[in-house]
Amino acid sequence: MREELLAVIEKNSRIDLKELAVILGVQEIDVVNELQALEDEGVICGYHTLVNWEKTSLDKVTALIEVRVTPQRGQGFDNVAERIYRYPEVRSVYLISGGFDLMVILEGKTLREVSSFVSDKLAPLEQVLSTATHFILKKYKDHGTIFLQKPEDEREMITP
Amino acid sequence: MRNPLADKVVEIKPSGIRKFFDIVSEMKDAISLGVGEPDFDTPWHIRDEGIYSLERGRTFYTSNAGLKELRQEICAYMKRKNHIEYDWAKEVLITVGGSEAIDMGLRAMINPGEEVLIPQPSYVSYEPCAILAGAKPVIIDLKAENEFRLTAQELEDAITDKTKVLILPFPNNPTGAIMEREDLEAIAEVILKHDIFVMSDEIYAELSYKEKHVSIASLPGMQERTVLINGFSKAYAMTGWRLGYACGPADIIGQMTKIHQFAIMCAPTTSQYAAVEALKNGDPDIEEMRVAYNQRRRYLMNAFREMGLECFEPYGAFYVFPYIGEFGMTSEEFAQRFLEEERVAVVPGTAFGNSGEGFVRISYAYSLENLKVAIGRLERFVNKLRAQKG
Repeated sequence: MREELLAVIEKNSRIDLKELAVILGVQEIDVVNELQALEDEGVICGYHTLVNWEKTSLDKVTALIEVRVTPQRGQGFDNVAERIYRYPEVRSVYLISGGFDLMVILEGKTLREVSSFVSDKLAPLEQVLSTATHFILKKYKDHGTIFLQKPEDEREMITP
Repeated sequence: MRNPLADKVVEIKPSGIRKFFDIVSEMKDAISLGVGEPDFDTPWHIRDEGIYSLERGRTFYTSNAGLKELRQEICAYMKRKNHIEYDWAKEVLITVGGSEAIDMGLRAMINPGEEVLIPQPSYVSYEPCAILAGAKPVIIDLKAENEFRLTAQELEDAITDKTKVLILPFPNNPTGAIMEREDLEAIAEVILKHDIFVMSDEIYAELSYKEKHVSIASLPGMQERTVLINGFSKAYAMTGWRLGYACGPADIIGQMTKIHQFAIMCAPTTSQYAAVEALKNGDPDIEEMRVAYNQRRRYLMNAFREMGLECFEPYGAFYVFPYIGEFGMTSEEFAQRFLEEERVAVVPGTAFGNSGEGFVRISYAYSLENLKVAIGRLERFVNKLRAQKG
């Protein structure tokens, strides 16, 4: 049930326990225990809400920053990654294969705020060799969800 | 002026679902639980392959029996899923939906007056197709107490010396019933004893929620007397692509192909290219949709239990078939009032044969959110009827 449970709550973390038990065909107590175990094991790391901020009055700017760094002896990339992910405005940090090393996803209120983070905080770091900042202009799809009005049910009546 | 119409055609009753749907489509606020096609879109990689085939200019006919590559993929699929080996060149025909295969199969096998056994409740096309093929349809009424499975005894009782073909519609529309290996073995014995043929409509095979689906063609001695019908509509959510197929003995498939070539030429080329991709890389999509259907099925069964509505547990297709006899109404009256009073459309069981009386078909090819709203209305309706009865 573990993977099916995760697949369901990854799409809808607000589903109630009773309903979850029904659609998975197990007892409610088993769902409770499994969720607890998943949280304890760090498989479930949080319950978030997917927000399309573009539809709100709040201004937000998201940037993807490619960072090339010098790995440190004995530490690899972990040390410099930590220096970066400690900043609260940093949403995600991934170690990447290919032309650069770290992908940093940053959220700020304005373009200026994001660029000053890059020039004042990120670029001056000793291990950072270079950065390339890409601003997100429009989000079409995020976390597997398409940010569009759902179309009506277009199935026509047909017999048989 | 002379009557321009053929009596045989005029005498065929129009489908019972039709008149009901006409009312539904007029009601803007009605929720329908009547639709018999997946609510999912065709997976993108399959659509993409269809688009690509158009870009490449693959806009010609294919061979009559269908693309070689598709027929080969179907054979690989049959081996992988059903452990049956077919010769792609002689034993596979690609059709315009499974429904064309039913028509062609019956036309290829029936001589005037021969009997076709049709278990009901079932898909509404078998009987008209049998009549048009010149057969005498013989109905076997399936029973709720057997979970709407076909028993060896019921089959035995229906066979006469004119019986030619048994239609075997499992997993079943509208009941959701399945036939498991033991059930099939029992009827296979009767089939062999009486030397009759089987048209096994397995269009819902991928939507089985218990053990994996078993095809009767995989049982000893059955492949040479079975026309197996399947297609892409239900498993891959490809209803609008109109693509199905029949696998069977070379002599039957050969004659079916002959009729198909004169009546249809070939199935749509774009759909055939898309279907190759579906068979090659679509197994994970099937599984994902099956899991979602199964969750909805469990949700509905639980909701029926909670409101005390009698329903045997169906393990196939995407239909449940609850019993509404306790309210003292016919299926049609129930469906009519439910639609008028609560604006929810379900299909009366009698649309699928007289033995569907006392039942309604509820489709769960709808999102859980939609189902929840509809079930809320059903509960209110059921409570009202019970209160009225006192």
